[in-house]
Amino acid sequence: MAEVLLEVQDLKKHYPVTRGLLQKTIGTVKAVDGVSFQIERGRTLSLVGESGAGKTTAAKAILLLEQPTAGSILFEGKDICRLPPARLKTEYRPKVQAVQQNPWSSMNPRMRVRDIIAEPLEVNTRWKKKQIDSRVEELLQQVGLMPEWAERYPHEFSGGQGQRIAVARALALNPALIVLDEPVSALDVSIRAQIMNLLKDLQDLYNLSYLVIAHDLATVRFLSHSVAIMYLGRIVEYGEGEELCTNPLHPYTRALISASAMTAQNMEEDNGARIILGGEMPSPVNPPCGCHFHPRCPAATDRCAVEAPAPKLYGTHYVACHLCE
Amino acid sequence: MMRVQITKRTANVRPRKKSRPRHIHVLKNLTFYLPLLVLTLLVFTAVFADVLAPHDPVAVSMQERLLPPAFMEGGTKKYLLGTDQLGRDILSRMIYGSRISLSVSLAVIAITASVGTVMGIVAGYLGGATEALLMRITDISMAFPPMLLALLLAVVFGPGFWTVVLALSILGWAPYARLIRGETLKLRYTDFVAQARINGASSLRIMVKHIFPNIVNSLIVVITMAVGMLILAEAALSFLGVGVPPPAPSWGYMVNEGRSVIDRAWWISAFPGIVIGLVVLSGNFLGDWLRDKLDPRLRQL
Amino acid sequence: MMQNRAKTVLEVEGLRTSFFTRKGEVKAVDGISFYVREGETLGLVGESGCGKTVTGLSLLRLLPEPAGRILDGKILLDGIDLLALSKKEMRAVRGKVISMILQDPMTSLNPVYTVGEQIAEPVRQQQGLRGEKAREAVIAALRLLHIPSPEVRLRDYPFQLSGGMRQRVVGAIAMSCNPRLLIADEPTTALDATIQAQYLALFKEVQRKTNVAIIFITHDFGVVARMCHRVAVMYAGKIVETAPTEVIFRQPWHPYTAALINSVPRLDRKVERLYSIKGQPPSLINLPPGCRFCPRCPKAREICREREPEARQVGSEHFVFCWQVS
Repeated sequence: MAEVLLEVQDLKKHYPVTRGLLQKTIGTVKAVDGVSFQIERGRTLSLVGESGAGKTTAAKAILLLEQPTAGSILFEGKDICRLPPARLKTEYRPKVQAVQQNPWSSMNPRMRVRDIIAEPLEVNTRWKKKQIDSRVEELLQQVGLMPEWAERYPHEFSGGQGQRIAVARALALNPALIVLDEPVSALDVSIRAQIMNLLKDLQDLYNLSYLVIAHDLATVRFLSHSVAIMYLGRIVEYGEGEELCTNPLHPYTRALISASAMTAQNMEEDNGARIILGGEMPSPVNPPCGCHFHPRCPAATDRCAVEAPAPKLYGTHYVACHLCE
Repeated sequence: MMRVQITKRTANVRPRKKSRPRHIHVLKNLTFYLPLLVLTLLVFTAVFADVLAPHDPVAVSMQERLLPPAFMEGGTKKYLLGTDQLGRDILSRMIYGSRISLSVSLAVIAITASVGTVMGIVAGYLGGATEALLMRITDISMAFPPMLLALLLAVVFGPGFWTVVLALSILGWAPYARLIRGETLKLRYTDFVAQARINGASSLRIMVKHIFPNIVNSLIVVITMAVGMLILAEAALSFLGVGVPPPAPSWGYMVNEGRSVIDRAWWISAFPGIVIGLVVLSGNFLGDWLRDKLDPRLRQL
Repeated sequence: MMQNRAKTVLEVEGLRTSFFTRKGEVKAVDGISFYVREGETLGLVGESGCGKTVTGLSLLRLLPEPAGRILDGKILLDGIDLLALSKKEMRAVRGKVISMILQDPMTSLNPVYTVGEQIAEPVRQQQGLRGEKAREAVIAALRLLHIPSPEVRLRDYPFQLSGGMRQRVVGAIAMSCNPRLLIADEPTTALDATIQAQYLALFKEVQRKTNVAIIFITHDFGVVARMCHRVAVMYAGKIVETAPTEVIFRQPWHPYTAALINSVPRLDRKVERLYSIKGQPPSLINLPPGCRFCPRCPKAREICREREPEARQVGSEHFVFCWQVS
């Protein structure tokens, strides 16, 4: 077992819902409601779920873009929610970087590629211009781009190239963890594979850890060592990636896999084997009591509507479902 | 150069369609080149007023009072646009007047745009109590009647160049602050600002390197439009008698002077009036044109 | 087999559409031909910029003027050439005979009108129904798309509905006049996986009930596998291969089709490296000579760089544009 790099314990992020002139609080959105997971050094964890599942909010808490309501985030054993800002700046920020979904909107349109990649270096190091320039050149080559392109502006690049620039920027400070928020969703199918292969190569080369946020299990399976499936702010199934994809236990995971891109049976004509869920994910303002999934679950029992299932270990993965007992 | 080639190429494919887009093209650019010409001319005259003006703008010549422009009966070639009640050359006074109009507006823009931009970016990016405080100050500034305040200042400090600049600046920054705050709010939640925070950039760095360069375009547009407005405001103050004091020639003051003799000597008020209108219009047209050009959402096609 | 006997609804021959921009002529669609039959779904598959959306817009003659123009070709709807119709006649075709669903349900509904009013609009315009009759047609359309309690829902505003429901309303508008042909441009791309599955199942049912012909524009082969009877794969403004869906998955002839299918991530098998196509699609302003795919093609030969390949039939309804086949 590799060393644990990041451990998230019972993370919660609640937003108040206000109404009217006096901003009276009328409820809370439990965007993330008690989520725990860990990432080992050099490994990848994928958080998979549909929109509103809370996966992006969890990632934002890790990137310090959101203040968690409760819970702790341990990085190399230190709780980053309790570190003073000065230590965060030196001990955490440079080690955790991110690649976002849309390569164009994540780059300042008025900056040259050189300055975009150099920004983390300028902020976090005291390097001289020459040192920074050579590092930028090296990074561009690393991600498969021409060093001459450093003088160009973001809009001159295609989506795939833009995402390579974003990866180069994330690598600049030799981070330990990179949060990849839907890294290939905005790209064309034939380009996606290029970026995924690049990410895989870089992980092997630098022993990087990845936290991947995705809505599609099939897309990230290739990268993932472990997978956590989220539904309405909670993790419903969490475990080793291969096992989870081939032997899903939670009904939601099964539906998700069935709905996902292409599996062997999807290629055949409709044989009734596919699970099509009814209804939609409820609003997180008023989540259903008991198991959040029970109104859509094809096998829900009375107990599911009352009691929220706790995650339990089955084989190699954790499942939060009464039906698995 | 580039554009011509492409028009040709397009024309080769479909010759019969070529006239319409080209027409639009010329018309669109006319609203750019004409105002640009007017404003360039304004700057040119202001800078070279000494060389261009045929007469001393304050030289009184009582024998040559109220002479009509050269193209009218009784006019002389010596005074192309005629003379005023004191026999001063209208053309020369207008040429020198452009100096005052331009320097007042530039000084005011320099002050208001920088104060407004800083206030707007700080309020928009930091949010919270800072924003609430700054924006309330902005609201209060916008609630004051500007002319009344200018008159008050003129009474307290006495009329003069810097009084005019102060009078126009003291409230003039507020619209900038409002606009820039709006733009900043839009940028505050963009991915690239989030990315800068992830990279550990400080708030100051984000405001200077990421937010400011992305609002420059809007700023340029507003400034262009403000030139005309400020020349108008300066003229209004001069008209009310609290502008740059005579005998310095100011356009607004000239309009005011001609008022009493408008039935006999319309040219005293009319020529400066026309120039004021022309400059204001040019500023607005150029501002509109720049907005179309610089707005990235419209730049694609 | 039944499909072979069904009547052809739409036949497109040699369609060429270009955009004239400052940088030059963008050959978005460059001579494509295809057909769709009653009750059949044709998948138009390709990556962004391959011309699939422009094809859809060309069929409705809704290209952004004056930059976009149809230069050549025939669009035969039940034997009538749409390109020969006047603007007024064309307006009567839109919504009534051909309708379209766009990708983003957030922007394709007008936020200030209720759902009922928006569905009633084409019903009144195109079918001339009024009052109670119009209301019945609206409710029928909502029922067709399985929108629960339609009598209540038609008073809702778009913001009151979820993304999936909104896209159903868009579908209801498109189906409200019983069109012959429905063009669906990435209708499920903005939806979540489980909602997408619902929507696709729903559309299959709608098609069974109404026998409408569907052109399904998508970049996702997973959707194609579930939804389409036949597929046309587009690359850089051309169709490179067209075949029945089962055939194309089993035996893709064109290297691009094969590469696209291979690069779709799979859940049922683990791979060490993902299959990827090197390079990027060419610029539509500066197309390479010969076959457009050859700069990226692993099997490119001399002839591919010189001459454009022609259509070869390799099976029943299976055509390939590739020199490998000859």
